[in-house]
Amino acid sequence: MALLEVNDIHSYYGNIHALKGVALTVEEGEIVTLIGGNGAGKTTTLRTISGLIRPRQGNVKFQGEDIIKYAPHALVPKGVSMVPEGRGVFAKLTVEENLEMGAFHRNDRAGIKEDIEKSYEMFPRLGERKTQLAGTMSGGEQQMLAVTRALMSKPKLLLMDEPSMGLAPVLVDLIFDAIIEINKQGMTILLVEQNAHMALQVANRGYVLQTGEIVLSDDAKVLQNDPTVQKAYLGID
Amino acid sequence: MKRKRFNYIDMVLVGLRFAIIGVVLWGIAGKFIFGIGVDYTAADWITFFVSGLSQGSLYALIALGYTMVYGVLFMINFAHGEFFMAGSMSAAVLVALPLDNAGYLQAYPIISLCAIFLSSMAVSVSVAIMTERVAYRPLRGAPRLVPLITAIGASFFWQYFFRGLFGSSLVPFPKFEIFDGKVGLFGLEFQKIDIMVIVTSIIVMVALQLFVQRTRTGRAIRAVAENKDAATLMGIDVNRTITTTFAIGASMAGVAGVLYAMVFRQMNFIMGFIPGVKAFTAAVLGGIGSIPGAALGGLFLGVIEAIGPPLFLEGLGIPGAHQLKDVIAFTMLVLVLIFRPQGIIGEKLAEKKA
Ligand SMILES: Nc1ncnc2c1ncn2[C@@H]1O[C@H](COP(=O)(O)OP(=O)(O)O)[C@@H](O)[C@H]1O
Ligand SMILES: [Mg+2]
Repeated sequence: MALLEVNDIHSYYGNIHALKGVALTVEEGEIVTLIGGNGAGKTTTLRTISGLIRPRQGNVKFQGEDIIKYAPHALVPKGVSMVPEGRGVFAKLTVEENLEMGAFHRNDRAGIKEDIEKSYEMFPRLGERKTQLAGTMSGGEQQMLAVTRALMSKPKLLLMDEPSMGLAPVLVDLIFDAIIEINKQGMTILLVEQNAHMALQVANRGYVLQTGEIVLSDDAKVLQNDPTVQKAYLGID
Repeated sequence: MKRKRFNYIDMVLVGLRFAIIGVVLWGIAGKFIFGIGVDYTAADWITFFVSGLSQGSLYALIALGYTMVYGVLFMINFAHGEFFMAGSMSAAVLVALPLDNAGYLQAYPIISLCAIFLSSMAVSVSVAIMTERVAYRPLRGAPRLVPLITAIGASFFWQYFFRGLFGSSLVPFPKFEIFDGKVGLFGLEFQKIDIMVIVTSIIVMVALQLFVQRTRTGRAIRAVAENKDAATLMGIDVNRTITTTFAIGASMAGVAGVLYAMVFRQMNFIMGFIPGVKAFTAAVLGGIGSIPGAALGGLFLGVIEAIGPPLFLEGLGIPGAHQLKDVIAFTMLVLVLIFRPQGIIGEKLAEKKA
């Protein structure tokens, strides 16, 4: 049984039919990437999985259970956590308070403290700035915070929406190194990216989304060498 | 950056600024140099100041409800004055007067007062939760004008609901003998009730600040105020947090309702209107959305209302200047909206909307 199973979901914004039957699976321990151009429906797919948008048709199964019936906040204790597009850090809360928010549903104080320390080990810059308001940090630092904050809920599945967006190349490398490291420690990741080049390097498998439909899916290595993918998403002619 | 054009409207506004400063200075000069109006002693000024602080604490307590709800929903809850009225009226009619008639109120004033505070807060909170659930929540996501109009409707609903319950004549509030008269402090005399109001308000506001800064629920409120989607993704139940915010604001309105009753000792179903608008003014003064801003804005408004008339209105030769405190309050509102819409310490409204 796959950890996450998305079956034929149709999501709408009013009358706009944004997802037209998207289906994908994520097995435990994998990094799966969902690539596609601007407006393809990547964010909508993640928002549907995390419950922020309710699909009109289709279902989403997590550990075999249909999770569409849950309110989005109720999915966090079940083990689904998301790094939203644009990071969504709480600008007026300190770095440490942001991390504590990530652990909102947990009651194990000692464990929370330990995990906060682990976040600072993963990104020492966050530790240096723990009492600083998150809004005063650079985009890269905010992305580090968004990623570690999402881990604070101890998820089984991490959804990431364009973590490389708007970052300088050095920082993109840093974030992708962290993604690999987090996955090595056992985290299953569904990674949405426009940066198909990087995403296909770290992922096991990939799906290509185009105007609300999955048009291709295969091993990441295969997609990297696929001529249509190279042309459309990797800038290779 | 767009280059700032200096046009006629700017000139009028600059002129207005100088005119206001001029009038205030003229009034102060009239008072102290030409001795127009009553010649107040230093003790008189301190008395004005303290009674202003007392009035201002009431505004502050009510303003906190406006500002917290605005913080999480970007909505001006115009029915908030009615939450205040509902608690105050109910506690007076259902608890304070019966206790007084039974002789219990004077015999056990502190226990009675606790009962009155708790009942007032309970009614204010219930009314607020019902209003939020029935009138506001279904409209979440609607254009901003819609809940605003609904709030005005809810306000009328509660006014006439309580008029139906308690009638339209003035309801008296019993006098607490322990808070009657004056008390000497630092060689000066103060109304006991003013001191009681100021102290109670300070305790409530410090408790609120600690709650919002230190507790898990407080942190959830701040997270929801900043970004609802992100808060949801942290596992926070946003609707429940919004309800909690309404309840906290209303409980402070309930406290203010009792304090108001003790100071003015008569109430009716429209008693929430003027304090509500004044508290809204205070919230805007302090920067709507900001909790310390609402507290400071309330105190500032109370003090300026108390000191303004004797300080510069009398000096202009205006008869019965002390009756013009409402004029001062609403002039302040208009001036702040024109010159500093972000309030004393708040951020720009326009930025928050974006
Ligand atoms: N809030 C919204 N209201 C209306 N349409 C939207 C909204 N958000 C996204 N869309 C539309 O849905 C489609 C998919 O958007 P999105 O999932 O954000 O794409 P991506 O993340 O791949 O860039 C686009 O056509 C976009 O215009
Ligand atoms: Mg997107």
